[in-house]
Amino acid sequence: MTSILTYTFKSLPSTSKWALRFSLRPLSCSSQLWAAPAVQTKSKKTLAKPNIRNIVVVDGVRIPFLLSGTSYKDLMPHDLARAALSGLLHRTNVPKEVVDYIIFGTVVQEVKTSNVAREAALGAGFSDKTPAHTVTMACISANQAMTTGVGLIASGQCDVIVAGGVELMSDVPIRHSRKMRKMMLDLNKAKTLGQRLSLISKFRLNFLSPELPAVAEFSTNETMGHSADRLAAAFAVSRLEQDEYALRSHTLAKKAQDEGLLSDVVPFKVPGKDTVTKDSGIRPSSLEQMAKLKPAFIKPYGTVTAANSSFLTDGASAMLIMAEEKALAMGYKPKAYLRDFVYVSQDPKDQLLLGPTYATPKVLEKAGLTMNDIDVFEFHEAFSGQILANFKAMDSDWFTQNYMGRKTKVGSLPLEKFNNWGGSLSLGHPFGATGCRLVMAAANRLRKEGGQYSLVAACAAGGQGHAMIVEAYPK
Amino acid sequence: MPRFIYFSLQVNTLNKELQSEFIEVMNEIWASDQIRSAVLISSKPGCFVAGADINMLAACKTPQEAAQVSQEGQKMFEKLEKSTKPIVAAISGSCLGGGLELAISCQYRIAIKDRKTVLGVPEVLLGILPGAGGTQRLPKMVGVPAAFDMMLTGRSIRADRAKKMGLVDQLVEPLGPGLKPPEERTIEYLEEVAVSFAKGLADKKISSKRNKGLMEKLTSYAMTIPFVRQQIYKKVEEQVQKQTKGLYPAPLKIIDKFGELAMTKESKALMGLYHGQVLCKKNKFGAPQKEVKQLAILGAGLMGAGIAQVSVDKGLNTILKDATLAGLGRGQQQVFKGLNDKVKKKALTSFERDSIFSNLTGQLDYQNFEKADMVIEAVFEDLSLKHKVLKEVEAVIPDHCVFASNTSALPINEIAAVSKRPEKVIGMHYFSPVDKMQLLEIITTQKTSKDTTASAVAVGLKQGKVIVVVKDGPGFYTTRCLAPMMSEVIRILQEGVGPKKLDSLTTSFGFPVGAATLADEVGVDVAKHVAEDLGKAFGERFGGGSLELLQQMVAKGFLGRKSGKGFYIYQEGSKDKNLNSDMDSILAGLKLPARPEVSSDEDIQYRLVTRFVNEAVMCLQEGILATPAEGDIGAVFGLGFPPCLGGPFRFVDLYGAQKVVDRLRKYEAAYGKQFTPCQLLIDHANSPGKKFYP
Repeated sequence: MTSILTYTFKSLPSTSKWALRFSLRPLSCSSQLWAAPAVQTKSKKTLAKPNIRNIVVVDGVRIPFLLSGTSYKDLMPHDLARAALSGLLHRTNVPKEVVDYIIFGTVVQEVKTSNVAREAALGAGFSDKTPAHTVTMACISANQAMTTGVGLIASGQCDVIVAGGVELMSDVPIRHSRKMRKMMLDLNKAKTLGQRLSLISKFRLNFLSPELPAVAEFSTNETMGHSADRLAAAFAVSRLEQDEYALRSHTLAKKAQDEGLLSDVVPFKVPGKDTVTKDSGIRPSSLEQMAKLKPAFIKPYGTVTAANSSFLTDGASAMLIMAEEKALAMGYKPKAYLRDFVYVSQDPKDQLLLGPTYATPKVLEKAGLTMNDIDVFEFHEAFSGQILANFKAMDSDWFTQNYMGRKTKVGSLPLEKFNNWGGSLSLGHPFGATGCRLVMAAANRLRKEGGQYSLVAACAAGGQGHAMIVEAYPK
Repeated sequence: MPRFIYFSLQVNTLNKELQSEFIEVMNEIWASDQIRSAVLISSKPGCFVAGADINMLAACKTPQEAAQVSQEGQKMFEKLEKSTKPIVAAISGSCLGGGLELAISCQYRIAIKDRKTVLGVPEVLLGILPGAGGTQRLPKMVGVPAAFDMMLTGRSIRADRAKKMGLVDQLVEPLGPGLKPPEERTIEYLEEVAVSFAKGLADKKISSKRNKGLMEKLTSYAMTIPFVRQQIYKKVEEQVQKQTKGLYPAPLKIIDKFGELAMTKESKALMGLYHGQVLCKKNKFGAPQKEVKQLAILGAGLMGAGIAQVSVDKGLNTILKDATLAGLGRGQQQVFKGLNDKVKKKALTSFERDSIFSNLTGQLDYQNFEKADMVIEAVFEDLSLKHKVLKEVEAVIPDHCVFASNTSALPINEIAAVSKRPEKVIGMHYFSPVDKMQLLEIITTQKTSKDTTASAVAVGLKQGKVIVVVKDGPGFYTTRCLAPMMSEVIRILQEGVGPKKLDSLTTSFGFPVGAATLADEVGVDVAKHVAEDLGKAFGERFGGGSLELLQQMVAKGFLGRKSGKGFYIYQEGSKDKNLNSDMDSILAGLKLPARPEVSSDEDIQYRLVTRFVNEAVMCLQEGILATPAEGDIGAVFGLGFPPCLGGPFRFVDLYGAQKVVDRLRKYEAAYGKQFTPCQLLIDHANSPGKKFYP
């Protein structure tokens, strides 16, 4: 051993190093960020498969997505779901009795209405003969509601399904501590005064400390924002890139809102309050403003901030799904077909939010499409860092070869086709309701932009993910 | 214009070359007005600086030389500490000894929060002390009580704990896969974060001073008062004396000097053990043809469940089979409790516990044994029972499957006698409690194939064991060394020395557990079993105390801790142990006259130790042991031979073979053959240049 210590001078003057980064970034990324969508013609005509029923979206609606703790804060989750269902009835005029089944997704459950689908359906005036159930799969709960409906129709069990999702983050169940609950339950069973007194004598003040709903992944105990920050770091996504992406989301959402493109939004007259007509979280800011924020999770040097994360949101969505022949027989002009879909799952620690990366190539292959065939991308934006990490993962040979067992990378996503009407970062993300918003945005954009295929994808807590192909219904 | 400078330490032990190069680079940094701050980072993931090169110290011939090594380090770190340009230590992996002293001389420390990143000053375990200013800087940094705790116990501290103590300033979470391997990117990220802090420090945007709590302020103030300081040192000294019984020189000299320490026998013994341990953590039989992926364990008793725990812990799929549902349930509970205790200590999360526990399959039949790569039987120590399970198992396991027997004394070739494939039969002698005891003694018969041995060693290493591989024979190595010593224990008790006195004599010699307590812990029935078996095999040489003592104890149900009574009385929940007064009549009935010429305290200690050592050397002479190093590791890690003596062979080298032989001859004159020194020992005594360790 001769030389044990080697050292290198990386003598880049720090000022120029940083300046370089700042000046390069807009060149490499921003020019793409704002480009106009291009319309292409497809080689493939349709994704219809022989001997499988075509399933269509007749239409879908959502109540405005609001920042938690605002106008919806005194309501219960089923009230929001009810409003979405009423809006759907109003929009589609579907006779209530033809609905075979209702499925809703939700994440943080109100214990009083644990089957929120049923309570909302009853309250919205649907037939009490229409069964309803609730599903939960974190941020892809509404997707699960839709695909459950797709399954019921495809297997011939049902013809008409209402699928939706709801989340009310303004109110979450906060429980007594386990010790307190145990004492209260034991007290119920105690028969004599003596038994009761002896139980009460065991009471300690700390029994009163409440149990908040878990904000962290159960398996790893890590909050999602923390994981997103690490994910961004793993893929070397800078703070500036994240802020730029978030700004893009807000700017595009604002534009879509102003141009009246968010046609799935239905007004909601909140009891005792004004009628809500618009999403409330769209706030285009400036990079300078955003740069001032302190990191929200990994302090003090992390990159995920309040400005480049999706915010806590209240909202609900619902859509009408039918077998194509049923819709046509009823005289509907459907908006889109729901085609192939996949669910994926991976390591909930280090790859928590990479679901879209795994799901995208899988669903494309299943449908026999390539990335170039897709006209409209609608991805759930949990965090800017998460979206950009997914971009980088899909565009990395190293990652796809080593972690996805694929020979080549998935490829780069064309930003000009990506979330052009905003996304969860700006429109908001009521966990259980986002899936339907994604599919309706895809369907409406296909119609508006004249495309044929859309890819919807989302990540979810638990290290899961989902992707679906939505095909435009011929005009 | 500001600049950054990067070091990459490629071999992560501090040695002479490194010291001089480091000084050279630092001087460059200090001289250049282009550089405003620096980051110190290792390019090797998993290791910041693992400390001073032990070989460098071992090479020192005089205390002066050792002291010089220490002084050079001190000078280097002092300059670092006084640096006006902030230096940030970016720590990933072990930051031990000199490495930690280096880190705490820097102005700021950032560490990766993972299990591999540990900080500590383990010098005391080698019989030396932090020699480069750590003794001064640590107390300032973490407070006197925490600093002494670290220096005196040598314990390693994980990064998150270090942050709480104020030993590091920032934590960086490890990253998952991105555009390159996680470890590589994590180091890069650490560097990025460290650079941003170095810049912040240079720009005075970040302060390297942390806010001390009120308690800390008070203690650091109190330490400036000479009277208080003296009182604290006195208290610490008492504590140390109590814990080490004055056998380990280093802790006390932490308050004193370095140079002398590096030259003590104890230090040499401890450094020897360190090297031996490194050796016994390697598989010298090479990689087995087929990696063991499915393990099956027969018998869910204390041992079986313990083996299961250390296996599932490392991700090995393990079947635990027992004959009864109650027995199986007890074993499963033991594994669960072992894991759950780690959750309580925050070494595992409850989720990790659950997923580890899912590697365990409990069953009463031989289902899926056709997929097993290795079966370890831990059924009751009865040859006919072992034969029965061996035959049953061989009917269901695949051809490549290794059959290992966990026995403490039954010869493996006798067990293998009924096997259809003796080349696949091997002994794996675990020590109780399996999850705490580091040693695994692997026993090969003449027929055991090399691949079978490689496979057993690989499994043992996976289980985190330190492994000695020995030849088959009655009692193998460990049990065989213990037996004559235990026989002497009985004789000493018969001669009227009480269990408490005996315990204190043995612990003051350096044994971690007193001799009488040891018998209780091992189990008097087991001791009796072993004594009878080995007595038959080795005859008079294993005599001494009367076997009847053990027989009477077993008859009365005094089996030791497991039955609640042995030499002592054990009560659930109570740590105090009282003498079992019912033993008095048994001892009185078997009383032997003591021989005054060999009954001084010192003689009693040496009677025990020399019998142990003599038997160990005989094991080497007979080829049971392959190397003296394995003998020392086995004795220290498996039997609690005083670590400060380094093991029986190191003891002979350091104490002098002649003196050992002289002792043995003296006791031989009193008691006869049991103390006759073996030939190898005599050879060593006759040629003073001859050493077990060159």
